[in-house]
Amino acid sequence: MTQVFARTKGLLDVDFHYCPGCTHGIVHRLVAEVLEEMGLLDKAIGVAPVGCAVFAYNYFNCDMYEAAHGRAPAVATGCKRVHPQNIVFTYQGDGDLASIGTAEIVHAAHRGEKITAIFINNAIYGMTGGQMAPTTLVGQKTTTSPYGRDKELCGSPIRIAEMLATIEGSAYIERVACNNNANIIRTKKAIQKAFQAQIDRKGFSMVEVLATCPTNWGKSPVEAMKWLEENMIPYYPLGVYKEV
Amino acid sequence: MALVTINGERCKGCGLCVRACPKNIIALSKTKLNSKGYQIAEILDMAACIACASCARTCPDVVIEIEK
Repeated sequence: MTQVFARTKGLLDVDFHYCPGCTHGIVHRLVAEVLEEMGLLDKAIGVAPVGCAVFAYNYFNCDMYEAAHGRAPAVATGCKRVHPQNIVFTYQGDGDLASIGTAEIVHAAHRGEKITAIFINNAIYGMTGGQMAPTTLVGQKTTTSPYGRDKELCGSPIRIAEMLATIEGSAYIERVACNNNANIIRTKKAIQKAFQAQIDRKGFSMVEVLATCPTNWGKSPVEAMKWLEENMIPYYPLGVYKEV
Repeated sequence: MALVTINGERCKGCGLCVRACPKNIIALSKTKLNSKGYQIAEILDMAACIACASCARTCPDVVIEIEK
């Protein structure tokens, strides 16, 4: 018999702490598979965020850092400049990258740092208990917007991929989703291209992955996938926003 | 003939594999729980499996391995 699918060596043999149905696990696997397939496990250095993925350093089979909240791109910048031969990536959620870490990600992209950011957008703060994030959709109920996000009061959700694509220093920006098989395969290809852009020293690369948070959305994992398809993808269109 | 191995102890019973299976041959067990108390996924009809790996690709906890 031949092996069709096996656990990648890019992941350590431990359980994830994530809630049932949390798509962080899917993206962890995809990043780990790409690192393994591109032969980067010995060269890769990851920077974990603050948020649900704070323990990412326990899961990836490569060197990992832990950064202060939102500061992963700053830590990655220092790491890449000292070790230009290594492949440096950050793994950040929307509370980390799109809120407290907006300055760091924008300026890392602006300086054209040769790093790769994997950005998980699930439209909510997960670890802290489901508060409204900058990416929360208008009308979406969270613990801090119990009547739904009010556009008058809180503005519209921020579209990070579009914003970073306008910046001179960015080389590869794509938004993908992990709601079905086709999109999971596209997500993996996007991560490959983002790492390739870094290897080719073209500049900053980011993959934004639309993800679910069944626990804080108050939905089953399957319902959450449907909610993502019906609500998030129309507001956050998928596609390549920049490729140089 | 495909062989799907599910690491039941690591399964969290989220049901995403049930949704992903094009042959509808995966279900959450009504009788088997793992030590964490989750209903674990199981294959109802292994002979019908086409080894497409849709279940494995969508599994957030990477508990599924497939041979053909």
